[in-house]
Amino acid sequence: MTTALSTSLSLLGPELILAVGGVLLLMIGVFSGEQRANRLVTGLAVAVLIVALLWMWFHGRDGLAFGGSFVQDAFGRFMKSLALIGSAVTLIMSVGFAKSERFDKFEFPVLIVLCSLGMLLMISANDMLGLYLGLELQSLAIYVLAAFNRDSLRSTEAGLKYFVLGALSSGMLLYGISLVYGYTGHTGFNAIAAALAGSERQLGLVFGLVFVLAGLAFKISAVPFHMWTPDVYEGAPTPITAFMAAAPKMAAMALTVRVTMEAFAPIAADWQQIIVFLSIASMLLGSFAAIGQRNIKRLMAYSSIGHMGFALVGLAANSESGVRGVVLYMAIYLGMTLGTFAVILAMRRKEGNVEQIDDLSGLSTTHPMMALVLTIMMFSLAGIPPLAGFWAKWYVFLAAINSGLYALSVIGVLASVVGAFYYLRLIKIMWFDEPIGSFVPMAGELRLVLGVSAAFTLLYVLIGGPLGNMAQAAAMTFF
Amino acid sequence: MTDWPLLSTVTFLPLVGAALIFLIRDDGASARRNIRNVALLTTLFTFVLSLLIWIGFDEGQAGFQLVEKQPWLDSGISYHMGVDGISMLFVILTTFLMPLCIAASWVSVEKRVKEYMIAFLILETLMIGVFCALDIVLFYTFFEASLIPMFIIIGVWGGKRRVYASFKFFLYTLLGSVLMLLAIMAMFWQAGTTDIPTLMAYDFPEDMQFWLWLAFFASFAVKMPMWPVHTWLPDAHVEAPTAGSVILAGILLKMGGYGFLRFSLPMFPDASAYFAPLVFTLSVVAIIYTSLVALMQEDMKKLIAYSSVAHMGFVTMGIFSMNIEGVQGAIFQMLSHGLVSGALFLCVGVVYDRLHTREIAAYGGLVNNMPRYAVVFLIFTMGNVGLPGTSGFVGEFLTMMGAFRANTWVAFFAAIGVILSAAYALWLYRRVMFGALTKESLKSMLDLSTREKAVIYPLVILTIFFGVYPAPVFDATTASVEALVAHISQATNAAETASVAK
Repeated sequence: MTTALSTSLSLLGPELILAVGGVLLLMIGVFSGEQRANRLVTGLAVAVLIVALLWMWFHGRDGLAFGGSFVQDAFGRFMKSLALIGSAVTLIMSVGFAKSERFDKFEFPVLIVLCSLGMLLMISANDMLGLYLGLELQSLAIYVLAAFNRDSLRSTEAGLKYFVLGALSSGMLLYGISLVYGYTGHTGFNAIAAALAGSERQLGLVFGLVFVLAGLAFKISAVPFHMWTPDVYEGAPTPITAFMAAAPKMAAMALTVRVTMEAFAPIAADWQQIIVFLSIASMLLGSFAAIGQRNIKRLMAYSSIGHMGFALVGLAANSESGVRGVVLYMAIYLGMTLGTFAVILAMRRKEGNVEQIDDLSGLSTTHPMMALVLTIMMFSLAGIPPLAGFWAKWYVFLAAINSGLYALSVIGVLASVVGAFYYLRLIKIMWFDEPIGSFVPMAGELRLVLGVSAAFTLLYVLIGGPLGNMAQAAAMTFF
Repeated sequence: MTDWPLLSTVTFLPLVGAALIFLIRDDGASARRNIRNVALLTTLFTFVLSLLIWIGFDEGQAGFQLVEKQPWLDSGISYHMGVDGISMLFVILTTFLMPLCIAASWVSVEKRVKEYMIAFLILETLMIGVFCALDIVLFYTFFEASLIPMFIIIGVWGGKRRVYASFKFFLYTLLGSVLMLLAIMAMFWQAGTTDIPTLMAYDFPEDMQFWLWLAFFASFAVKMPMWPVHTWLPDAHVEAPTAGSVILAGILLKMGGYGFLRFSLPMFPDASAYFAPLVFTLSVVAIIYTSLVALMQEDMKKLIAYSSVAHMGFVTMGIFSMNIEGVQGAIFQMLSHGLVSGALFLCVGVVYDRLHTREIAAYGGLVNNMPRYAVVFLIFTMGNVGLPGTSGFVGEFLTMMGAFRANTWVAFFAAIGVILSAAYALWLYRRVMFGALTKESLKSMLDLSTREKAVIYPLVILTIFFGVYPAPVFDATTASVEALVAHISQATNAAETASVAK
């Protein structure tokens, strides 16, 4: 028994690092006094996240733990890396904001670490209960984070809204899980798949599937479960919006992929049509609804809805190349999102941060480098080659075409043309309009994030091969 | 010398120039002079290097030459470059027009010179890349990426309605291209490769060809542009700065025709034969309708833009006549149009720089105080009309001859278009150049400056030279065009035999 436990624990290196690190950081924060706590804990939290990442790459082993309810594999490693990178980078980006906006509470980095722990558990979950526990750990941390700026009406509203809707989605997910359990008699993914493969298709089980996918769609903010996204993105403090746009999306998408590809693989025809619908609805709504937005955080919310739709195109293909497409899409989306939010965080005048897209007017004359990076990001998000965003779309649509999803592909690319319109409008505001005052100089850490993400987006054409191979290895997990 | 990757050097050299300009931090008058000099020298050097391609080009060989191939992204996408008789001259045309564009913007672009030159140099890299790419994904990358600098060029340095024009340009072209992207993916799964020479030899099933052809057509028809999806062009031309219009008319439009020749004809020969009547109809409508529209324009640039659409109608007509005369004529017409319409836009730019209006009504009687300008404008107007002795004649004549062999009525209607083009071009000339010099604002206008002469005279020489002696162009293209036409007739005959056998 003890050997089973120790083998199991030895597979959980990164998770243990985060769990222990989170608890220790909390103690350090409490005992190190108001003044220094935030900076110290933020720095240490970044270190913990990076140590977990390195541990995973250099000491990580593949295998099943805890009787098969937890799995460590190439897919998980890839998605966990994305989630950890997303968390670490958003923490780094928050430093300047925390100082200037009186946001410097040490609980923020601690919550991010705990949230990351939840994400890792989600990605590795190989059992419905593990899935639920990971999801709740992650969600509870984000509920608090969304309402973190407790003196702001908008922030508390965002937190409450997210909590109520999130609880609803958790309820749906649980209900779905219980139905699936009722009809298959199992909670483990492999066991569910085995039970499904050997039995007739049952209507009740399809209900369970629908509820599970609805709960997950809420987490990746796919239409029609997207309503919370614009309000929460707008209301939450900007570093937290950046965090929500980056890291949890990776985990939720990984979870969706694993549930569909692993547990529900035998009833692919059933979930495929649900995913196709979610994908089309998200792409269309993300493209059309963003056109009217004036607030850049709301705009990015709709943009993220649309992008999740594009990523789901790969999942809908239900093939190895499709999973590779999703995995690469998320990796590239992470890079673009972090770069864009670095710019949004840098939109700061003497009076404070601004969020309207018109505040970017004439940015190309006042801050040429910032404008250049945001322009690269926007063209990339619009999916124009040779930028990274194009390759993301290339791989998912390539998979969809191979699976014969022609209607989905045509609707998808047409939606991307509509989406290009609002990305172009941001570029127009930066380049064609007259400047209206400048921003305060950008903090060093934001410069770093901007530079790295711009280089990634621009040079993906050169480094795409190795990254594609890694994604390929990750996708092989399911086939 | 054989190992030296000449095509890649020519393609990416402008990017090096752009990087150098990017590093110039200062914003004073001397810095701006440096930026202009770097841009001009880069483009000149690129042009000289590109001549090496022509010199080293083996005209007897139909296949691809100067080939470079490197593994690139996964799933078999490779970095594959090479030129054949069809693409080689477009590369030269691009590198030739570029220094002229830089020189034409020497004084007319005063604000944000640095960004302007960077945008043009990046655009040059992408345009050369389009014509050299031998991997369809690489082609698409260059093809689509060229939207980015052009969008910025129109939007930042354009006229009053620049925002509208730039958005329309971008979204129209993107809309056409994304469908082509899906077709490329379908081809990849069908043929298992994205390599253009392999795909050209691959025999796509007939029913698949139709869909693929339509998807490619959506992209290239917008780019050409063909009636009825040409409406972005007049807007983009009118609002773009002079050099932008030159590039747009001279090279970007040619990408559509080049695409038809490189993809639609050799890869989907059955579908091309099937859809040829549709293309003929659209071409004839474009030739006649846009010529009539051109007749009624009040704006010089808009008039030339509509005449471009009409001339591109000749190109599509020639391409889809699918015989040697037609295809040769289409290629020649594209090259000639690149010179002539580019030159016409430069000519408009000359008077626009002086008076800052393009209204035809604002001019009149310029022949009195700008005699040299009147002469060059006349030569290009005649080139546009297709007068024998100018390069315009050779292309129009051959495309009509090709069309005549394919379908007599098409040639008949195209000939009516020639008459109409003479009407609008001569009328434009009459209104701008002749008449009494009564308007006060015109009296002080000076004739061509040395810089303007240096920009325009080379174009005059080439227009007349290729009109009198077009052989250098045909020598380069013949082998490849013959191979292309033989490939098509073989494929269509095979399809016919198969259908008869059924």
